[in-house]
Amino acid sequence: MILEEPVDGRFGDFGGRFVPETLVPACEELEAAFREAWVDTAFRAELAAALRDYAGRPSPLTECRRLGERLGFRLLLKREDLNHTGSHKINNVLGQALLAQRMGKTRLVAETGAGQHGVATATAAALLGMECKVYMGAVDVDRQALNVFRMRLLGSEVESVQSGSRTLKDAVNEAMRDWVATVGNTHYCLGSVMGPHPYPWMVREFHRVLGDEARTQCHERLGGPPDFVVACVGGGSNAMGIFSGFVDTPAALVGVEPAGGAAIGRGVPGVVHGMKSYLMQDEEGQVLEAQSISAGLDYPGVGPEHSYLASIGRARYEAVTDAEVVEAFQLLSQTEGIIPALEPAHAIAWVARAAPELQGRTVLVNLSGRGDKDVAQMMDLLGP
Amino acid sequence: MTAADNGRKGRLETTLRARRDAGRKLLVPYVTGGLPGWREAIGAAAAAGADAVEVGIPFSDPVMDGPIIQEASQRALASGVTPTGVLEELAELDAGIPVVVMTYYNPVFRAGHGRFAGALHRAGVSGAIVPDLPLEESAPWCEAADEAGIETVMLAAPTAPDDRLPRICERARGFVYSVGLLGVTGERSSLAATATDLAGRLKAITDRPVLVGVGVSNAAQAQEASRVADGVIQGASVVRRLMDGGPEAVGEYVAEVRAALDEIAAEISY
Repeated sequence: MILEEPVDGRFGDFGGRFVPETLVPACEELEAAFREAWVDTAFRAELAAALRDYAGRPSPLTECRRLGERLGFRLLLKREDLNHTGSHKINNVLGQALLAQRMGKTRLVAETGAGQHGVATATAAALLGMECKVYMGAVDVDRQALNVFRMRLLGSEVESVQSGSRTLKDAVNEAMRDWVATVGNTHYCLGSVMGPHPYPWMVREFHRVLGDEARTQCHERLGGPPDFVVACVGGGSNAMGIFSGFVDTPAALVGVEPAGGAAIGRGVPGVVHGMKSYLMQDEEGQVLEAQSISAGLDYPGVGPEHSYLASIGRARYEAVTDAEVVEAFQLLSQTEGIIPALEPAHAIAWVARAAPELQGRTVLVNLSGRGDKDVAQMMDLLGP
Repeated sequence: MTAADNGRKGRLETTLRARRDAGRKLLVPYVTGGLPGWREAIGAAAAAGADAVEVGIPFSDPVMDGPIIQEASQRALASGVTPTGVLEELAELDAGIPVVVMTYYNPVFRAGHGRFAGALHRAGVSGAIVPDLPLEESAPWCEAADEAGIETVMLAAPTAPDDRLPRICERARGFVYSVGLLGVTGERSSLAATATDLAGRLKAITDRPVLVGVGVSNAAQAQEASRVADGVIQGASVVRRLMDGGPEAVGEYVAEVRAALDEIAAEISY
């Protein structure tokens, strides 16, 4: 059974609100505010206008003729890379920032891995005149220097997080610590379908727009849903966005995790960052450090709705290696003239590997972001 | 009154109530399990007048902790410390005062509620504090803990509306942990106004011991908090001394805070 919204904050056994007592009232307040805003036509119209006039929605659907021919199936890309700020992240951030403003909050805090969510949050803060602080693991600050500069240029403070594995999970910890101390005037603008209720549900709803668009576009182009809908999964927000447009159709849903951060592939249920979900951990419950070439997917957990979709068999989850991702990054660049971010390059890597299974079918990939941010890293790896 | 209020109190609550009712202000120092000298530090704290001790089980993602306890956890984990290892060492220790374990929820969930509660019991632990397990999510653990005779201390935060506090106090065993400020553990230059505000709100509605923790950073702040509360929990200021000066430094510090608390207890009773 597919859930329109979680029941008591849960998708089946997953989700919940495992936060310090200090944050319980804030989560309750946020849930109430979101419920109220989401049925308010004025709020919906304000968000729709921002998505259209500022972010550039709707994003196009592009058919990959050369790559499709080479792989033996029709391949379509939902072009979230063409949004303002370069990824799907802006959909959620505009929603949360407008909601925060409606709630009377004047400050945003956010975590970021690759920097895409941080840049999007910094952008929304600049647009709405809000104060903004972004937490980013020190490892990611090094490998995504360009995005760090962009956030600062946009007027946000960026703090390099030195604790733990110094990547995305530690940035989440630090953002939560900030929120515990500043909850009066601050909204935690969480960047994925994870965290305590209502975030997994709310963030999915803010990304639903891309799934709804893709459904309409597929109907026009293909006469119905594609056979496969494929998206990369770290926390899983771009995947939940596109899955939400097709979950009630016969389309097969495929989430692609990095081999070194495969929460569903290698994890067992656990509780961290406010949610119960699949989690890479040791036998005593210490959270393991993910290892991925992609800063945006370098996360040992996953959003609870993905755990639910996996547990009921509605979506399947596959893992690809860093080497396959680097190959896919070049493949899409060279066959279609589209340089993908390393994150959606995971989805491309899987469809390339699974080509024998996909022969003659129609395959929709959510191209969740563009690769400009990764070009320097790839230049170091591949040579100038 | 619930059944649990009537007579089935555990060692932690019995001890703390008896001492409080005798006019004493309560002092519960915190040490991170697995740090070099942590067991000796417990002994030193007990000898210097601690009423109970809180032992932190190091966790990879301690979201309620500030820099000092984060560093202590990381040091302990880096040296190979595990939850099981800490409990095994606790089992061999007789502190002479009740021991409360502080653990984030995932190690509990991973082990299984009943299994973890049983392990605490076998290690001679009286109570547990699980800072990322709020009231609404706490039932499965609390039931297993009750069954095993482990007293689950509940946290109350300054953000709680009035109608939430009685439910927290009712579910709490051992004592009520009154969170001193909006923020994570760590030393501050002064006691936040929220510390005494919340302690006052709790004292007005519960007979259970109310202890202020988070941001109670020295003897003077412990005095200030204890003029309203039944006592204090001190974490970062103790752990910093353990890391910098070893168990003796912990003993000296606990003795200093003990003396300060005894001073105001005397003031209040006359």
